[in-house]
Amino acid sequence: MMKITGYADKMSVAPGETIKFMVNSEAGKRYRADIVRVICGDENPDGPGYQEKLVKTAANGSYKSRKQVIHAGSFVEIGASDMLDGLESFTMQAFIWPTTPEIGTQAIISKWRDRDKAGAALIITKENGSIALCLGNGKGKIQTINTGKPLIAREWYFVAASYDAKTKTVTLVQEPLHGYETRNDRATVRRKSTVGRVPNHDAPLTMASYFKAVDKGRTVCGGHYNGKIDSPRVADRALSAIEMQSLKTWPVATELGNSVIGAWDFSADIKGIKINDLSANLLHGEIVNLPARAMTGWNWTGEEMNWNHAPDQYGAIHFHDDDIYDAGWEVDFELTIPKGLKSGVYAARLRSGEDEDHIPFAVRAPRGKPTAKVLYLMPSASYQAYANEHMNTDSPIGQLMAGRLVQLDKFNLFINEHREYGGSCYDSHSDGSGVCYSSRLRPILNMRPKHRAWIGATGSTLWQFNADTHITDWLEAMNIDYDVITDEDLHYEGLSAIEDYSVVVSSSHPEYHSVEMWDAMDAYQRRGGRLMYLGANGWYWRIQYHSEVPGVIEVRRNEDGIRTWEARTGEYYHSFSGEYGGLWRRNGRAPQKILGVGFTAQGFDISSYYVRNPDSYKAKVKFIFEGIGKDEKIGDFGLIGGGAAGLELDRADRLLGTPPDAYVVASSVEHTDIYLVVCEEMLVSTPGTGGHENPLVRADITFHETQNGGAVWSTGSIAWAGSLAHNNYRNNVSRMTKNVLKRFINPKPF
Amino acid sequence: MPNEVESRAIEEFRETPIGHHSTELQVILNELRGQPMKDKYCLISIKANREWQLAMTSGVRGKPVKMLNKKFTNLKEAEWYVFKKRWKQLRGETLR
Ligand SMILES: [Fe+2]
Repeated sequence: MMKITGYADKMSVAPGETIKFMVNSEAGKRYRADIVRVICGDENPDGPGYQEKLVKTAANGSYKSRKQVIHAGSFVEIGASDMLDGLESFTMQAFIWPTTPEIGTQAIISKWRDRDKAGAALIITKENGSIALCLGNGKGKIQTINTGKPLIAREWYFVAASYDAKTKTVTLVQEPLHGYETRNDRATVRRKSTVGRVPNHDAPLTMASYFKAVDKGRTVCGGHYNGKIDSPRVADRALSAIEMQSLKTWPVATELGNSVIGAWDFSADIKGIKINDLSANLLHGEIVNLPARAMTGWNWTGEEMNWNHAPDQYGAIHFHDDDIYDAGWEVDFELTIPKGLKSGVYAARLRSGEDEDHIPFAVRAPRGKPTAKVLYLMPSASYQAYANEHMNTDSPIGQLMAGRLVQLDKFNLFINEHREYGGSCYDSHSDGSGVCYSSRLRPILNMRPKHRAWIGATGSTLWQFNADTHITDWLEAMNIDYDVITDEDLHYEGLSAIEDYSVVVSSSHPEYHSVEMWDAMDAYQRRGGRLMYLGANGWYWRIQYHSEVPGVIEVRRNEDGIRTWEARTGEYYHSFSGEYGGLWRRNGRAPQKILGVGFTAQGFDISSYYVRNPDSYKAKVKFIFEGIGKDEKIGDFGLIGGGAAGLELDRADRLLGTPPDAYVVASSVEHTDIYLVVCEEMLVSTPGTGGHENPLVRADITFHETQNGGAVWSTGSIAWAGSLAHNNYRNNVSRMTKNVLKRFINPKPF
Repeated sequence: MPNEVESRAIEEFRETPIGHHSTELQVILNELRGQPMKDKYCLISIKANREWQLAMTSGVRGKPVKMLNKKFTNLKEAEWYVFKKRWKQLRGETLR
């Protein structure tokens, strides 16, 4: 098991700027940190071999080990206030849509101090999964009164608990909004409390968890709730049933209003992290660990799909016990990038004895001063979407898709056991709902050199970050100068981040793009920029970054496309931005528009090769095939599945946006039946969608011109990069890539 | 014992456990490889691309993968070993 893990506060940094590293080390008293330039992260002895270059920096050295932990689970925190802290009698109420009522204590609304078990909390009880009020007198006496009627998962309820300090009467209300007459889950319970005086205290009011402690500035909670909460309220006396009903909505009559301590509206400021109190007390709060917002509420009618149009029907937040935004670790060391450090992919290498981790980051060229004609676009958004993906331990479809036994390495074993490190946008939360946010402010243990991924085909078995080191390795071996930026840089800086480069080289799998990134790449191409797309399934999903907090993306798995979970109907619009989410294809911008090719099929067992098409002999594209014979199989070799055409495949399609005069110069053949046509291509499910039979199971290599001398060359296959190093880089995949790169650097129009 | 069609598919698998397969073999593999995650065989990478240890996933989030006392130095061998185990489990028949 890994004993050393870490992350950085940034994914890219320019000379003169500082990057901070946060490390958890339980590996001996001290560990050694060194900055390395990552050349090739593939340890496969059949390939070019693992290569990193030590870089001497002031940060290199020995550091003291310390354990740093992650507190996962999202909640709402309302800070201490006189209004809340002095409560004697009270009412707590909300609408809830619980997803795991059966798993144990889960707090809905809580004013609780765990240190001495003092206060009150409206909870789902571990006794029987029903609504309960928990009271603690701070002197060892705790009482939990429940309705005794288990909640049904994924159904809306109105729930309330009141307490009259004078009469010591507790009233519980559990009111289903569904109409299952056969299920007896409606209850009103009145009982006397026996704990005596419930003391006041100044611990925060929390929702979806109860307060435990503060650990290095982080609020730590327990009893994390899975599910939605809508319209939570707190009043300063035991309300009557009628008053509870009135308080469901806002505003309320003055008399009742005078008793309201807080009435929180989760549909306000959906894009942000603030929680808005509608009452005159203005007890605003914040969400912690990014629970899902813009979720359909108790009153969603199904008539409106867009939360921007009917925010009042989107007053729910979906909380998860495994949500994580910022691990919040303390800084262990910093690196100020030395002036003159060459742009590239770097990592902080952490070592203690046998234990090792790498924290990768990009070093950019000095701002505004490119140092090369070629730019490698490091797909940080896609790395984030895949961050800590758990399919090899969680999903039975893995071995079917891979067509073989899945492989796990030390990184997989660690994240399997450390769920608090959070999931990827391919995973589901512990309650089965999809992970729609992914942050880089936590260790991302599949974004590592030396990592092998189950999904990476036979041979080297690489995916994403480590697979992409086949590209940087090739650039180094070919002696081609290149700068590096990340998706995030492109998102925030737009065209200016890339416009000075002659050629942008993509990664093997640049799948996730914001509209800002899309527009910048489009503008670049139209102004004469040239893109070499060395991958597949690119420019596929729409994402967005959060407008208030750094380093986190959102994806909504809408409608169709290859999806490991599905966004719920009515939840297709991004909470971060209000934009319609899902596939770019469903946003009017199929990948073919910007790349010439777009996603068509996938399979993860073995790769195949391409053959030349008649287009390849046309004068304009002859440069691509210089030195390549007429009947040569292209890429019938390689470290990823043994061929250059494999894993995910893209093809040209005029109707989806491939420019009319694009050249389809080669296409792949002979894929296995593990390769299947993607679902967005299938309007009617029909037999024969596998590689043996279906003509859509192929990768196309295309070339097209844009405007002002711009051009795009696409390989349509994730496995492409794995063939570059074959036979000491002397092979037709390497040759073709170099032919194109040389020509693309040359400013002459085509 | 396996019937004639199965026997042919099994021979085919032995020759080519990963790659192009007949429909008959693919149907069998879909069943064998599509089993739920509880006690499902997988491989743990021991030496990069050279050595693997047999293991089983737990099917429970956070619960460790169970390491088994069996190592492989080639994947073909591992596939055949697990194929036999799964065949035994699902069909009750021992393949040799
Ligand atoms: Fe993907």
